[in-house]
This record gives sequence, structure tokens and C-alpha cells, in this order.
Amino acid sequence: MSIQRNDWSLQRKGIIDQERHKDRVKEAIRKNLGSIVSNEAIILSDGKRTVKVPIKALDEYKFRFNYQKSKHVGQGDGKTRVGDVIGRESRPGGGQGAGQAGQEAGADYYEAEVNIDELAALIFEDLQLPYLEEKAKKAVQSRKTQFNEIRRTGVIANLDKRRMILENIRRNAREGNARFGDIKKEDLRFKTWEEVMRYESNAVVIAMIDVSGSMGEFKKYIARSFYFWMVRFLRTKYDNVDIVFISHHTEAKEVSEEQFFTQGESGGTVVSSAYQLALDIIKQRYRPSDWNIYPFHFSDGDNYYSDNEEAVKLADELIATCNLFGYGEIGEEGSSSYRRSSGALLSIFSDRLQHKDRFVGVRIDDKEDVYPALKQFFGKRGVETPA
Amino acid sequence: MEDKEIQELEKAVEQIWEVARGFGLDPYPTNFEIVPATVMYEVGSYALPGRYSHWTFGKTYHRMKTMYDFGLSKIYEVVINTNPAYGFLLETNSPIQNKMVIAHVLGHVDFFKNNSYFSKTNRRMVESVSTHAQRMMEYEFKHGRKTVERFLDAVLAIEEHIDPYFFIKREISVAEEKRRAELRPKDGRYDDLWLLDKVQQQTKTPDESDDTKPREHLPEKDLLFYLMKHSPSLSAWQRDAIAMVHEEMEYFVPQMQTKIMNEGWASIWHARIMRELDLSDNEHIEFANLHSGVVSPQKGQLNPYYLGYKIFEDIERRWNEPSKEEREKFGRRGNEGREKMFEVRELENDVSFLRNYLTEELCEELDLFVFELVEEEEWTITEKRWQKVRDQLVSNMTNFGFPYLQVEDGDYNGNRELYLKHRYEGTELDMKYARRALEHVHTLWGRPVHLETIIDDESTVLHFNGDEHGED
Repeated sequence: MSIQRNDWSLQRKGIIDQERHKDRVKEAIRKNLGSIVSNEAIILSDGKRTVKVPIKALDEYKFRFNYQKSKHVGQGDGKTRVGDVIGRESRPGGGQGAGQAGQEAGADYYEAEVNIDELAALIFEDLQLPYLEEKAKKAVQSRKTQFNEIRRTGVIANLDKRRMILENIRRNAREGNARFGDIKKEDLRFKTWEEVMRYESNAVVIAMIDVSGSMGEFKKYIARSFYFWMVRFLRTKYDNVDIVFISHHTEAKEVSEEQFFTQGESGGTVVSSAYQLALDIIKQRYRPSDWNIYPFHFSDGDNYYSDNEEAVKLADELIATCNLFGYGEIGEEGSSSYRRSSGALLSIFSDRLQHKDRFVGVRIDDKEDVYPALKQFFGKRGVETPA
Repeated sequence: MEDKEIQELEKAVEQIWEVARGFGLDPYPTNFEIVPATVMYEVGSYALPGRYSHWTFGKTYHRMKTMYDFGLSKIYEVVINTNPAYGFLLETNSPIQNKMVIAHVLGHVDFFKNNSYFSKTNRRMVESVSTHAQRMMEYEFKHGRKTVERFLDAVLAIEEHIDPYFFIKREISVAEEKRRAELRPKDGRYDDLWLLDKVQQQTKTPDESDDTKPREHLPEKDLLFYLMKHSPSLSAWQRDAIAMVHEEMEYFVPQMQTKIMNEGWASIWHARIMRELDLSDNEHIEFANLHSGVVSPQKGQLNPYYLGYKIFEDIERRWNEPSKEEREKFGRRGNEGREKMFEVRELENDVSFLRNYLTEELCEELDLFVFELVEEEEWTITEKRWQKVRDQLVSNMTNFGFPYLQVEDGDYNGNRELYLKHRYEGTELDMKYARRALEHVHTLWGRPVHLETIIDDESTVLHFNGDEHGED
């Protein structure tokens, strides 16, 4: 019989295996990027650093009973009677029985805390910027100091004390007495810096969205999640990323970010109005010689028939001035069948555009399509040919 | 914690030990360790210190530690069933908390030592698991961390499916070995011929399963054992990994079989021991608060501490003051309560404990009921008759709450396919989980696997051949 108190400060097993678990979470996230990319918790995170997202495939699967179809024994406060309802199932066939705390019900997924930056790193891992060009404005230089060298002489204010102590002990050790003390000039080490020239680069995203009557909640959400990641991605590549928001129905106007995502929908669609405005804005504010320009347009493709000619012409003009022109056509939610009326813009673009090499058109029918779409925009080049 | 406090605790341990012995408790000598929360939760999440590494332990550790950090839950005590036993005390416990935990731990250790279901338990398990951890690490080094981890994922998916009475099998095979040894011819002139046989045996590659009779001794409840012995696809290290998990589960199964009893027993004795100690008024109040926290009923669910505590108390009362009927019918003489309690702690497990000692009066007093989901929407109380409630509880405890599976055939279709059967007793499997778990079984077997069960009153067989699932 004894009471002991040992030093446990080196005990790390739990923490090490916690890391293994984190690795598994990361791997599961990688496998589930498709559904995570368009997860509401992230897109609507409002600048939070971490969000919780459900991740499938991280459960420890075992042979177990169906909780919903089993009988259980509980304990009451002395007044229970047959027929009393003690809890409610939030969704039939899944989820946790309300009031059944502690009894794991059919929670199908693991909720992982995800750091948005880490997630972004995963998503952007195999994305690249197409047609990144050296622009005139890159000549704008900025100076930055980096401490990156150690020398034996220097300004005393930049003394590297840690290294000095190490050197001192080493020297003493060489003399047969490993200890700290008796500092001599030869022990001193100084940090020195270098001036690094950095070149600033600029990009502008011209985000265009169709707000005509046919663009519902789902379509806007898709556009929003796409822009969310696109802007984040561009910010990793450029020092300055400007975003211009243009919404259009039969007429186009420049709007604020908030309006862009919340504006009510009405009216018909004249796509060329947005392209014209984009061209005007580029002319006035973003000279192609100075800026990398990325116009993106989301629509459901129901353009006025008579406008198609004009739209194609202006799109060609846009392509000529910018790095990459992206066009996303959003279908009805869940309609995996390719509803492609011949009048839809995507097929017209892919038929009639002159400069297809800098055009990427994708079709998005489902939230899960956002990630492949991102990959298409920032991965391989080329026009998606309609089936 | 200051040295003075530790000295006080040392004194308290001696005192508590004496009081416990005075009550008739008979624990192994127990060493107490005062540890920080990180270590407490580490031991708690691995259930034994020094076990092999796996991400699932890390997941549990992370969850427990987070709950602690946010003040949502706290483990006061962890006890290790070895000889000598180990009790872990949280360094932030108050002196009264520590005393109560020490008393509680001694109750557990007495139970470990004396309950018959623990009679075959390896009391040097901490050493065993650390050699396991060592071996597992070597395998990770040799075959890659991911390979070993993935393989363990599959083994752990069925780790509960072992035979709680496996030791009988082991004893038989030892006895069998002896019998065969006796049959072997004694030393003689042609002994070198036997050596030839041995040489031949040794040339067999260790990867090959030496058992060519996958259909012998079926059905087999111990899936881990069966797969280890008969799987056509495993290499030596994989069989060894299964054997290690098997050995650790053999150690844990008695604890899974006696959760309610064990906690009830420890709670009864911590309460009584504390009453014997010289506590100040304030300490008494603190203790009363703690104790009622441990053994309080929780609305909607069953608290094993409370249930076990109440049943043991009830046993003592009924054997101390038997009714007239009990005197006449069962010949109870009265004042045998203590004796009876000790007998029960020696002979029963949760299933028999509840079946034999959960009475109508207790069911009523505890307000126990059966509830189920009605029309996929409302969790409703559907039964309050005490026998039904008791039987439901017993049935939920059977096979420690896991579906009872067994191997029916290891050469199904004449094609070395594995056929498992769920011994259906009225509760359906979670089919989504069953399919995924079947994939794990396939990993271990390496050939098509089948599972027979019952869904909506119809016999159903799930198939998995490595690529796709089938069902008919």
C-alpha cells in the first residue's frame, strides 16, 4: 500500500495517438472534400477560424443493434405511466432521440472541427492559377527585412543569446569542462538580416451573377460557395485581390458584396449587359497591362434568344482582355439529368466562341459539383464539351 | 499537492484499508498514484496504461480531455485490475474526494479479486500489454504504420466477439497436449525418425494456416479466435496482432460482464467506509454531496452505480429481515445480510444478478420502465410490468449488449467462404453498420463473407465479396 507521485511530464501517449486521430480526420476530410466544400457551416462562417462539419467514414463500425428498433430500459421520477412520451426523434429514421442523453443513437457521422485555412490548403493542393502573367505593375517593389543569417560580428542589439550560450558551452566542453560561463568574444553570435525585394502582384475578380426570376435560393448558394473558395484561392496567389460584383437581369449594375448574395430575383435575362459592364469597368479601373483579370459568370443559361449573338461577341472580347473567363451554368437542385435545352448558354458558348482556350464552362447540378467545378476552373484548361 | 497532504493521504489509506478489512473486504494490496488530468484521461481512454497505439484511443482521449477542459465531466478515479492493484487519483481532487475514491477503489479491487468471473484474469496484464505495444510497434516499423493501423481497424471492429469462457478452450488444449505427449513413444532406437517429422513441420512457412479443417468445432462464437486460426489470408504478424487483441479482450470481458455489480459494490463500500472515518461536519457535507452525485438516478437513463447500489442494499435487507414467507419457504434465518452480499459478489455477473435479485418492489421504487420508438417518432414508455422490465434489462445485458454472432461455416460453397450467423433474439442489427463491419471481416478473411440475420421477420443474408455488397 502506498501513495506515489511520479513525474508524468514525459507521458505523451494520449497526445501522440490524438495526432493519429487527427491524421485520420484529415484523410477523411480529403475524401469528403466534395461535400465539405459546399457545406453551409463554412460558406456562411462569417470569418470564423474553425467550423464543425460532419464527416462520413470516420466511425468505428461494429456489429450493433438498431437503436431505433430496440427496446430500452429507463428510469423515471416515480410517476411514469405506460404511454408517456419521454422523447422525440428529430428526424424519422436517423438522428438522436431527444432526451436520450448518453445513449448513442444513430449519429451517422463524426463532427470534425475544421480550421478553414487548413481546409483551404487541402483544397488548393492541386489547384493552380491559369495564365498567370507578368504585369507591368509587378515592377512595384516592396522591401522586406528577413533575419536569415548568423555571423560572428554584428551589432550588439542583434546578439543571438541562445546560440551564444551554446557556443560558450561547446568551447568550454572542448577545454574539458562543459559548463556555461566565462564568455569570450569568440562565443558571440549575431543575427543579421538581408533585405529582400518583393514584387507585388494584383488580380481582380469580376464576379457576375444572374438574378433573373429563374435563379432561386439553391442556385445563388452554389454561386456563393464557388466565389467563397475562388476568392480565397486567388488571395493565396496574389498580394492584392480586388473583387467587383456585378448582378444582372435584363440590365447590369455594380453592387456591394451583400447585395450580390442577397438580392431578390426578378425579370428576364440579358447576359450581354453584364459583359458590357465588365468590359467598361476593366477599361476604366483595371488596365489589363497591370492586372490579372478573372471574370466569372454564374447563370442558369436562360438567356434571351435575341441576345445570344451579342453575348458571344462580348464574351470573346472579355476573353481577349483577361487571364481566364469562367462560366458556370447552374441546373435545378438534384437534377442530375443533364437538362440542356439547345438555347442554354453553355452549349452556345462551346459552339461559337472564338477563343476557347481561355474559357472554362462547367455545369453544376448539385452541391457536390462545386469542388469538381473549382478543379476545372483552376486545373485543366479547356471547354467542357456537352455530351 | 504538498508533501504534507500526501502524508495525510498515506495515513488515510492505512485507515481506510483497516476499515475495509474490518467489513470483510479482501482486496489485493493497492498502490495509489496521484496524477495530473492528462495522465488520468490517458489511462482512462486506454483502460490500461501502456497499451498499443491506435487512433481510436486518441479519439477517446481527445473527447474525454475536452469534456474535462470544458468542465463537462470529470473522472475522479481509475482503477487497474492487477496484483498489486493500481488506483489513480486526480491531483486536483480535494482530500475528501481522495478518501472517497480510495474507499471506492478498494471496493473494486475486492470485487476483482473475489468475483468468480475474474478468476482467470491475468493479474500481470500491464506487463502483457506493454509487450504487446512493443510488438505492435515492431510490426509498424516493419510493415508500415498505415498497414498495421488499417489491419487493427478491422480487428477492433469485431473485438467484442470473443468467447468469455475461452479459458476452458485453452485449458482443454493444454490437457490435450499432455495426453498426446503421453501417447508419444518413449525413447528408443528409431527416435530420429520422429525428428524427421519435426523437420518437415518446421519447413512450413509461418504464413500458412496450419489448420486444414476450417469446419471443425463449429459453430464458433469466438470470431477473433476463429479468424486467427483459420483465415486463409493472414500472415504471421497479422495472426499475432489478432492474438494480442484477443488476449486483451479476455482481460476486459469480465469487467464488461459485471459493470452494474462492480460499481454498486464499490459504491456501497465507499459509503460505509466513509461513515466510519472521523470526518468534520463540513467534510461530512462534502462527502454527502459527492456520494449523492455518484449514486443519483438520472432521468431517462439507468445509472449503473445507482442500480447496483440499490440491489445490494436490498439483498442485505431481505436477508437480514426476511419476511415470514421467506423464513418458511426458503429457510432464511435472518441476520445473514452481510454474508449473502459477499456470496452474491462472488458468484454472479450482471445478467444473473439482475435476474435473481431485481425484485418487483425495487422496480417500482426505482420507477423502471421499457421504452421504444413508436411510429418512428416518439420514444414512448410501453411496459411497466416488472418481470417484463427485468427481462428486457437482462436481455439488453446479454453478451454485454452486443449481438451474438457465430461462425457457421468456414468453407461455405466449398470455396473457403466465411458464413456468419447472427443468433437473432428479437432485436435487429443496425444494417448500415453491419455492412461496414462485414467489410472489416472480409479484410480479415480475405475471401467472400456472408452474414445471416433477420430483418422484418424474414431471414436475410448479407454478402460481401471485397468489391460489392449483396443481400438476399
